[in-house]
Amino acid sequence: MSTTPSPPGGQTSHPAAAPPARRRPSARGVAVWTAVSLVGAVAWTVLAVSRGEEVSALWILFAALASYAIAYRFYARFIATRVLRVDDGRATPAERLENGVDYEVTDRRVLFGHHFAAIAGAGPLVGPVLAAQMGYLPGTIWIVVGVIFAGAVQDMTVLFFSMRRDGKSLGQMVREEIGPVGGAAALVAVFAIMIIILAVLALIVVNALAESPWGVFSIALTVPIALFMGVYLRTIRPGRVLEATGIGVVLLLAAIIGGGYVEQLGLAESLTLSKESLVVALVVYGFVASVLPVWLLLTPRDYLSTFMKVGVIVLLAAALLLARPVLANDAITTFAREGNGPVFAGSLFPFVFITIACGALSGFHALISSGTSPKMIQKESQVRLIGYGGMLMESFVAISALIAASVIDQGVYFAMNSPAGATGGTPESAAEFLAGIGISTPPETITATAAAVEEDIVSRTGGAPTLALGIAQIFNTAFGGALTAFWYHFAIMFEALFILTAVDAGTRVGRFMLQDTVGNVWKRFGDLSWRPGTYLASAVVVGAWGWFLWTGVTDPLGGVNQLFPLFGIANQLLAAIALTLVTTLLVKHGRAKWAWVPGVALVWDLVVTMTASWQKVFSDVPALGYFAQADRYRDARDAGELLAPATTPEQMDQVVTNSTVNGFLQAAFALLVVVVVLNAAVVVARALRAGGSLPTGEAPAVPSRIVAPSGLFPTAEEKRAAAAQEAVPR
Amino acid sequence: MSGVLTRVRRAARGVRWYARALAGETAWDDYLARCAAHGHDPVPRREFERARTDALAGAVRSRCC
Repeated sequence: MSTTPSPPGGQTSHPAAAPPARRRPSARGVAVWTAVSLVGAVAWTVLAVSRGEEVSALWILFAALASYAIAYRFYARFIATRVLRVDDGRATPAERLENGVDYEVTDRRVLFGHHFAAIAGAGPLVGPVLAAQMGYLPGTIWIVVGVIFAGAVQDMTVLFFSMRRDGKSLGQMVREEIGPVGGAAALVAVFAIMIIILAVLALIVVNALAESPWGVFSIALTVPIALFMGVYLRTIRPGRVLEATGIGVVLLLAAIIGGGYVEQLGLAESLTLSKESLVVALVVYGFVASVLPVWLLLTPRDYLSTFMKVGVIVLLAAALLLARPVLANDAITTFAREGNGPVFAGSLFPFVFITIACGALSGFHALISSGTSPKMIQKESQVRLIGYGGMLMESFVAISALIAASVIDQGVYFAMNSPAGATGGTPESAAEFLAGIGISTPPETITATAAAVEEDIVSRTGGAPTLALGIAQIFNTAFGGALTAFWYHFAIMFEALFILTAVDAGTRVGRFMLQDTVGNVWKRFGDLSWRPGTYLASAVVVGAWGWFLWTGVTDPLGGVNQLFPLFGIANQLLAAIALTLVTTLLVKHGRAKWAWVPGVALVWDLVVTMTASWQKVFSDVPALGYFAQADRYRDARDAGELLAPATTPEQMDQVVTNSTVNGFLQAAFALLVVVVVLNAAVVVARALRAGGSLPTGEAPAVPSRIVAPSGLFPTAEEKRAAAAQEAVPR
Repeated sequence: MSGVLTRVRRAARGVRWYARALAGETAWDDYLARCAAHGHDPVPRREFERARTDALAGAVRSRCC
């Protein structure tokens, strides 16, 4: 590792590095930003004061969009110029180390697309749906405020610091800049968190596809479709990606339509799979997919899911404007105040902030901001567009998901999202259960909704089916036609597609991490081309998430109810590690003055995650504390009793085991983060004692020869600079 | 009227460029341009695309939730 003391301010002597002179704001600029602020203020006011009347969902949309625009224009710019002091005179790793493989100068708009496709998946769609049990307001506020002051700040700053270190990974940076102890803790945390994330994502797919022959039919067909595209691109028409993707999308739509005819095709019975069979199928799939060559399955499905993702998001935004749905959800439900909601346990603080991770603050993004993206960025100032802008876009997806979950009938919402142990599994028993928690919805409403989407909907937990229903209803209103069932399965397909991509890519990345780490002591295992090593590492990774998935689907208390909090807390604990790194680095670079920028997010995140971890480990309320729950079921079992929803002594044992394992994991995650934070505190103290800065692993500055715009659209000045560059003979 | 048409055409070109660039189809064009600039003979597209995808096999990017 080369440690060079950072030059004062970390600047080059290149003329472009001179801070832009402060210009007087133009009259037009002032007018535009005043208007945006007014729109935002009005929308937030409507949301804040409306109670018990009809509120249009568009107010949420406008409040979010206006806030994003202001944050991007002012706060992100402030972070770029003052806090990070981006320097366009300095060559990025892509320019210095270009090799055509991973280091590659990439157009900012293209990189934005790649980065967004990598960060946004099912997370921002699912978390807000579950959090809707608290009402629409807490989720909306957290998604918007969280992304502006925490999530986007994390993504942008991690991207910046990794870019200044040739694209080093989060784990490497923690080891080199904080210390070996913190580094080891971070590495273990990253691996363990990835396993939990994969298990929860797979669980969502299983819950959406169980007993749904239509869904199974269309999702299963995505595999041969992707294989076909892979072969097409490899041998028939190499490189014609758009052509292959076009064919793939048409086949996908045919697969969704075809699924509606499973009954007539005589496949309904054989494709009606239990959750257990789906787990086996997914585990086998995960293993095979992660050892196949990437061109055959992973890359083509990635094309499909990326284009589908962008297409659906654009479609949803348009449909919201056309349908202008009214919110059916309360602003704040009683469950938010009393913490006794059926979807997940716990009170508003801290559990709304845990349930919505992706879309507001997602630690997993730090792995993407520190892996590939920093090696492709063209100019330093573009970290604002890629890091901050990309995360704002994900937040917008989360807001859309929250709206979709808040416009459907709330009885239907709770019937879908409460565990089977509570609802009893039929519309009649579900209606009874709903009456018990103070929601009067006749069983006929549930039956009618189920008939419209041609699926059973009671206790279809995991968020994806609820979102699919919301999307189907919005699309139906917006575009007309009686296509609810088609849109529902279209949305399920859209979510399953990128969950499968995440499972596949995640298993592969987990395998690389395992091979890399074990390779330090057993050389051969680290060789990625050694087949037995590859198989063994894949089996370990698949086995690990497969185990959690299995316990999740068989858990009498409901897998989502039990595992989603663990997932959310783990994701945000990862964010705590990333924010700790960034805060430490600002201090080491002698910019302690600005450490509050990531520091505010870090403190908030630590308060939330540590409170949640504490409650999940030490709470004596059985629904909340994992160990309290294990104790309760253990005592009952020893007394020879059965506690609902368990119906057999084996299920009692299962609850005890699962809750104990989850409790230990929860405690272990929190401890790992505490280790990293303490290690960082030592480094910060040392830096402050050493006169306010310490040497860092920042790569030395090299002047850049590239001229390119910073933002999405080039300014007049940037256009002139580009033209001047063109005119110079090289 | 022709002004509108030009604008639509320009927008369509932009969308096409973006989709191709996002999908990595422009890599081949860039390669051809590089070859022309340096006076190399380009390899057939089949070989180029194969080498490119194989080089990317080890650089799988994790997908977030």
